[in-house]
Order: sequence, then C-alpha cells, then structure tokens
Amino acid sequence: MKILTGALLATVLTASFVSADPVDDTLILNEDITLVTRTAAPAHLSDAFDEVMSGWLFRGTETRAMQADDFDNPGMIFVEKAQESWDTVEGTEGKSCASCHDGMESMAGVKPTYPKWNEEAGEMRTLQMQVNACRTERMGAEAWGYDKGPAINMEAALSSVSRGLPMNVAIDGPAQSTWEMGKELYYTRTGQLELSCANCHEDNYGKMIRADHLSQGQINGFPVYRLKNTKLNGSHSRFKGCIRDTRAETYKPGSAEFIALELYVASRGNGLSVEGPSVRN
Amino acid sequence: MRISVISAAALGLIASTAFAEEVLPTAVSFNDDGAVEQSLSGTAGDAANGRIIVGDKGQGNCVACHMVNDLADVPFQGEIGPPLDGAGDRWSEAELRGIVANAKVMFEDSMMPSFYKTEGFIRPGNAYTGKAADDTFGPLLSAQQIEDVVAYLATLKE
Ligand code: HEC
Ligand code: HEC
Ligand code: HEC
Repeated sequence: MKILTGALLATVLTASFVSADPVDDTLILNEDITLVTRTAAPAHLSDAFDEVMSGWLFRGTETRAMQADDFDNPGMIFVEKAQESWDTVEGTEGKSCASCHDGMESMAGVKPTYPKWNEEAGEMRTLQMQVNACRTERMGAEAWGYDKGPAINMEAALSSVSRGLPMNVAIDGPAQSTWEMGKELYYTRTGQLELSCANCHEDNYGKMIRADHLSQGQINGFPVYRLKNTKLNGSHSRFKGCIRDTRAETYKPGSAEFIALELYVASRGNGLSVEGPSVRN
Repeated sequence: MRISVISAAALGLIASTAFAEEVLPTAVSFNDDGAVEQSLSGTAGDAANGRIIVGDKGQGNCVACHMVNDLADVPFQGEIGPPLDGAGDRWSEAELRGIVANAKVMFEDSMMPSFYKTEGFIRPGNAYTGKAADDTFGPLLSAQQIEDVVAYLATLKE
C-alpha cells in the first residue's frame, strides 16, 4: 500500500531546493544559441496558463548546467550512436538513412512538427513511427521497438539538429480528432489515486510533491537523459511512469492512446524551443 | 465488497475480534458535511501508529502533499495541500474521519486520494505495477489504519 513513491524516488538532486518556484535563468546552448524556455501559452491553452515553461526551469543548478553544454550532456553520447546508425546500411534494399537523406542536419525543422499527420498512410505519426516507416517500407529493415535504444537514440539525434526551433505541432484538420482524444486523456483522473496529468502539471506546477519539484510536464525536452536511470527516456515511457504512479493500469509506448497524448502534450508546448536531448533528474 | 475484506484480511490488517464491527468501504455513511460519525473499525485509534502511517511512503504518505511540523524528522514534505498543523483544532474527529476516508465528499473534486474506497475508479491498477487491478485490490488504508490516522490528526493542536 504505497502511495506516490515511484516518481518520487529521485530525491538526490532535488534535495538542494529551498524555494519551489521555477528559476529565473536563461538556457544558452554551447554559449551560442539562446533557447526559449518560457513563452506565452498557445491560444488553445490560454484559459489554463499565461505562460508555458520548459521542465529545465524546474531542475537544479547542476542539472541545468549539464544540458547547456554538449560536452557535459550525457545524452549526446546517444546522439553519436544514432549518427553511426544513420550511415549504416541495413535491410534487404541495401540502404542506409544517408542513402536517401543528406546529413542529419537536413532534418533540422522536422522534430518540432511531430506528431504529424501522414496523408499517404492516413495516420498520425510520431517521429519514431516515421523512422520505422522508412525502415520497413523503404529499407526492408526491421522496425525498431518503441522507445527502445536504437529508436530513442535516433529520435534524440533528429531532435538535436532542431534545438532552438519552436515546437509547432498542427492540431487542426486531420489532426483534430487525435488531439481531442489526447486532451481527454490529459484531464482524466486515473487509477486508485484518481489523479490526472492536469492535477499535477497544470494545477500544481512549481510546488513540491514529496521530493519532486513539479513542472508543467512539457515534452519539448524529449528524449530526456535521466540521471536516475542513466539513459535516454522517451515521452511515452514518461507518460507510462506518471500513469503508473496514479496506481493505474498504464498504456503501452506506441499505443494509440500515447500517440494522441504525445500530440496533445506537444501542443501545450507550442512555442517552446526543442531541447532534446535534455537532462533531468 | 467481498474483495476488500479478503485483501485486508490477507494482509493481516484487521484483528479478527474487530472484524464484526468493521464498516466496509462501500458502506461508510457520510453526513451532509462529509463527516463520518461512526468508527470504521470499532476499535479506538492508536495515535502513535497513525503518526507513522502519515509519514511513511509505504502507507499513508500524507507528507507527499502535506507538511506536518510534528513530523520534522521526515524529509521532503510536499506542499500540494495545506499544512496539517492544527488539524485537531480545525476539525472534529468525525470530520477528520470523513476527510481521510474520502476527502472528495467534503471538498468537491479534491486532489486528495480517497483512502477508504474500493469502487468507481478509472483503470485501477495493481498497486504501482502499471498492471490492471486483480482480486487483491483493496482500499489504500484499512479501517483500523484510518482510525489510527484520525487519532493522530486529533492530537495536532496549535
Ligand atoms: C529509400 C529512401 C529512404 C531511406 C533509406 C530512408 N528514408 Fe526517410 N524518408 C524517405 C522519403 C521519401 C521521405 C518523405 C516521404 C514520407 O513522408 O514518407 C522520408 C521521410 C523521413 C522523415 C520525415 C521528414 C519530414 O519532413 O517529416 C524522417 C524523420 C526520416 N525519413 C528519417 C529516416 C531515417 C532515420 C532513416 C534511416 C533509419 C530513413 N529515413 C531512411 C526516404 C527514405
Ligand atoms: C502525482 C503527480 C503526477 C501526475 C498525476 C502526472 N505526473 Fe508527470 N511528473 C510528475 C513528477 C513528480 C515529474 C518529475 C518532475 C517534473 O518534471 O514535474 C513528472 C514529469 C513529467 C514529465 C517530464 C517533464 C520534463 O521536462 O522532463 C512529463 C512529460 C510528464 N510528467 C507528463 C505527464 C502526463 C502526460 C501525465 C498524465 C498522463 C502526468 N505527467 C501525470 C508527477 C505527475
Ligand atoms: C495527492 C495529494 C494529497 C495527499 C496524498 C493527501 N492529501 Fe490531504 N489534502 C490534499 C488537498 C489538495 C487538500 C485540500 C482540500 C481541497 O481539495 O480543497 C487536503 C486536505 C486535507 C485535510 C484538511 C485540511 C486542513 O485544514 O487540515 C486533512 C486533514 C488532510 N488533507 C489529511 C490528509 C491525510 C491524513 C493524508 C494521508 C492519509 C492526506 N491528507 C493525503 C491533498 C492530499
């Protein structure tokens, strides 16, 4: 009969917090690009928030500093791994990603628009789904497991070349019904603790819940390198952990529910800079 | 109903002598103000044990959301709900029992979990496994644990 323990174990790095407000700090990447970590809330969210804020503002000084320099950001090791796989020939067609696309930099501007409606396939695609579509349909290679090492590394690499660009997912047209479904999930109070995403990340951001400093639960920083498990974590895996902590039956990474939730949560951060791979405790 | 009795008994939480007088989670009677007059276990609460439950992550974990000065030794107290200092001045025993059993009766849509409730959940899980609930599903706290917590809260005077 434990309550609220799962998400609340990462006590080590938050221990230094005295005040729980988000910090007043600016994220300058590699002493070069200034990222937008707070900005006016997108129109669809203006009833709930004036401002949307990156999770970066809610983390401790050391954790924030790690993310500001690629040499200190442990997530960048996984980006390098993905760079290798970008150039590696795989599958029956004898192709690598590089056979069809130019360098990784040619993907700048892609990450901020995902999840995105794919007209030809008639489906809402996350970035991992798009990469898998290229693998299975164009390379004759096997799909990567959702949020598993190779997939999350590639998502981090695709994200890294878009850092500094504003999140900008479309929520209208063919995206609308998926977006509505995600919104519904966001406000549903699940599990034996009957908590919705909004209970914690909309109504109580900035406050401490046990040892954790609650952020707005944005995903502009995903994939996220967590000091707690020393690996990259996907947004679906994070959703799963948060739902599990309401003592609920979770959904699976890659499920229709999490695709919808990713679109909705991404849209709550429209305007914030892409930060992935970011660093969190 | 049956389910909760089995699980509580299996966990050894209910002294068999108190069993007969126990109010099941589905049979708790709240008055118009959300208070519960009748003891849930029929056995007086143990404030010392209640103090442990309130601070223990594995039991009530009330400090996840509330600060309690009397529990200064428990690190990392949350600030989602009001500090519990003086709760014994502000509320009667029946009110405290109602709040701990199911705070949503008194405070509409409260974020505070309902600690003595077994029905009406959306996708209830098997504790923190992420899997669906099975027939071990029971209330977050047993009847006696609720009484112990209520007895402890009543001692919090300013
Ligand atoms: C045989 C050629 C081919 C290969 C190999 C290939 N792609 Fe693609 N990729 C395409 C084409 C064509 C499109 C655009 C059409 C579409 O949306 O399906 C695309 C689209 C994409 C997009 C979406 C771009 C956007 O603007 O939305 C991403 C991301 C992507 N590919 C990543 C990869 C990765 C990563 C690999 C290697 C694992 C890869 N691709 C391998 C041909 C390829
Ligand atoms: C019981 C409170 C609680 C609930 C309910 C909850 N979360 Fe969280 N969540 C946390 C905590 C604590 C953290 C870690 C600190 C932080 O960033 O807020 C977190 C972190 C996150 C993060 C990472 C943010 C970052 O910048 O690294 C995302 C994304 C997130 N939650 C999304 C969700 C979604 C979506 C839901 C609903 C399905 C949800 N959360 C429900 C407590 C909660
Ligand atoms: C997830 C957060 C959360 C947890 C866990 C929680 N509470 Fe609460 N509690 C609240 C909130 C929020 C309120 C304010 C009532 C409202 O919703 O308006 C509250 C109100 C109360 C009150 C009345 C406030 C007052 O004036 O004293 C008491 C007493 C109380 N809680 C006791 C407990 C006890 C005992 C536990 C553990 C068994 C507990 N709470 C666990 C969130 C929580």
